[in-house]
Amino acid sequence: MSEIPVVEFAGVHKTFGAYRAVVDINFQIRKGEFFSILGPSGCGKTTTLRLLAGFEEPDDNGGTVRIAGDVVNKKRPYERNIAMVFQNYALFPHLSVERNIAFGLEMRKVSAADIPGRVKKAMEMVRLDPGQFARRMPAQLSGGQRQRVALARALVLEPTILLLDEPLGAIDLKLRKEMQLELKQLNKSLGTTFVYVTHDQEEALTMSDRIAVMDNARVAQLGTPAEIYECPRTRFVAKFIGESNFFEGVAQSQGPDGWLVEGPGGEFEVPTHAAITQGGKVAIAVRPEWLDIAAPGAAPPGENALRGTVSDVIYLGETLHVLVAIPEGSGDRRVTVAVRNEGQLSRPIRWTKGDAAVVCWKPADCQVLEDA
Amino acid sequence: MNPFALRQAALRWFHRHKETQAWALLAPGFGWLGVFFLAPLLIMFGYSFMPRGEYGGVEAGFTLEHYARFADPLYIKILWRTLLDSTVCTLICLVTGYPVAYVVARATKWRNFLMFLVILPFWTSFLVRTFAMIFLLRDTGLVNTLLINLGVIQEPIIMLYTPFAVMLGLVYGFVPFMVLPIYASLEKLDLSLLEAAEVLGARPAERFFRITLPLSMPGVVAGCLLVFIPALGSFLTSDLLGGAKEILIGNLVQNQFTTARNWPFGSAASFIVMALVLLAVMIYLRARDRGNELGAQ
Repeated sequence: MSEIPVVEFAGVHKTFGAYRAVVDINFQIRKGEFFSILGPSGCGKTTTLRLLAGFEEPDDNGGTVRIAGDVVNKKRPYERNIAMVFQNYALFPHLSVERNIAFGLEMRKVSAADIPGRVKKAMEMVRLDPGQFARRMPAQLSGGQRQRVALARALVLEPTILLLDEPLGAIDLKLRKEMQLELKQLNKSLGTTFVYVTHDQEEALTMSDRIAVMDNARVAQLGTPAEIYECPRTRFVAKFIGESNFFEGVAQSQGPDGWLVEGPGGEFEVPTHAAITQGGKVAIAVRPEWLDIAAPGAAPPGENALRGTVSDVIYLGETLHVLVAIPEGSGDRRVTVAVRNEGQLSRPIRWTKGDAAVVCWKPADCQVLEDA
Repeated sequence: MNPFALRQAALRWFHRHKETQAWALLAPGFGWLGVFFLAPLLIMFGYSFMPRGEYGGVEAGFTLEHYARFADPLYIKILWRTLLDSTVCTLICLVTGYPVAYVVARATKWRNFLMFLVILPFWTSFLVRTFAMIFLLRDTGLVNTLLINLGVIQEPIIMLYTPFAVMLGLVYGFVPFMVLPIYASLEKLDLSLLEAAEVLGARPAERFFRITLPLSMPGVVAGCLLVFIPALGSFLTSDLLGGAKEILIGNLVQNQFTTARNWPFGSAASFIVMALVLLAVMIYLRARDRGNELGAQ
């Protein structure tokens, strides 16, 4: 990357007393990128955002945070050219909508003559009618409208980086979907770099150019939505993003296309992977939609096939989940197979509880996990 | 009807008659205040319009002379001094109390302990604390002895029985009433608002004057009222620490009821104080309503 990254975290550590909030965080964010930090609560994603905003400083000798190439470790938030949208919006309750939006401009000593025009423009950008809303107080707005004010208050500054801390968490599903698309469009049309913190994996997949998945204070995986979803590197990532089935076993022998793995439910083939060694443990994840279900003996040739019994069929609308119990030494392994719904009234699937079946998948669809 | 069914019926009746229930709950308080507060107040109001009896007490009749006496420059001066002292006391309490409230509200580990220190003076009576101030301030008191022994001064500074001592006593007595409501409003303040202001470019002073102070105004106004009202009616402090040299309207009322035995005039003075207090309360309610309009969320 020849271009200087807008944001760079290099070996960043942050501890609060004895609590290690983030450990060795490394990533670079390109200009104009929609970058999400995704993880469960307590994973360190908010601390990472606060380090970038300047509310927290990295530990001494705890790495560097750079914005546009400059080390900003010790800089206060008001010394960084950033803007932020807070989880609870943090609108000033004693100021009207227009005064809220103007606040940052006033603080940055923008000439008073320019302020009304810029406030109006920002309100239009987030599709809030200035004539209707400019004079209202935050208490007189709905959740979605407050969200838009918070966004306008940040965007009016024309920041190089916009930080968003779970901004859509408190609004209802339909509006959230709408706002996701709007945010994505704003990111592309303004060319502003968006750093978006969320615990909602679907939201992250929908909006992001790249995602940093955080787990237990570290970045577990960094990549595009497709990379994260299709090649999860750890069990955590595979579990946290989408649904996955897990199979374990011991690597027996290496063939031309991969490894033959002996698992408690049967043998299966796994593509060659650096993490696999002869006689070592192997764990793989397979997405439900990449699994197939077939009658015993009817598995397509060349595919992995494990025998089991259908334990349940769940109707989800778009798809059906067929749950199959694969007997393993100590108990059953429950596997979810996603089947496209072609109309249960006209062409119902043939599987019902108690049927003997094989679960099959192409060896290439195995996602080998590094933490076997 | 068995007792259980009776109880059920009564509960159901109350449930349907919410208003009666509310009145039933209010009755003891209203009764107490009516007999021991409102009735004496009305009697005093009546007295303030009646001629003075020869040996104290009142005689039948109607007169406005007691109120008219306040046109006398002597009393206007007392009234004015009382207003001025109460205002100055309120301002000193505000500038000393606000930072205390701010620190206590922001403290995490020590908050309860600091709060305990603020409330501690209430554990002894105001009279005892005022006497303690005498020991502190008199010529052979703690402050003068210390300064003389340290060689800072040769002669004791005369502090007791001066306006300074009165003001010190008033502020000392009333500053907790300023701290508590300001603390309550600062403690509620959402810290993410300050972070939002900081990201938007506000430096510490700007954050204080643009966010913290406006949002703590309800506490400031309540605190000012809680100090101003008792300061207006105070008499003990100017009596003990001021040596009764400068009389405030509170002293006037007290004198009229005790030594001067002019109850009607004392009553009239009381009602003038009360009118001032009501005025202050009205200003407060105005400010609070405006604050609510702005701050409601």
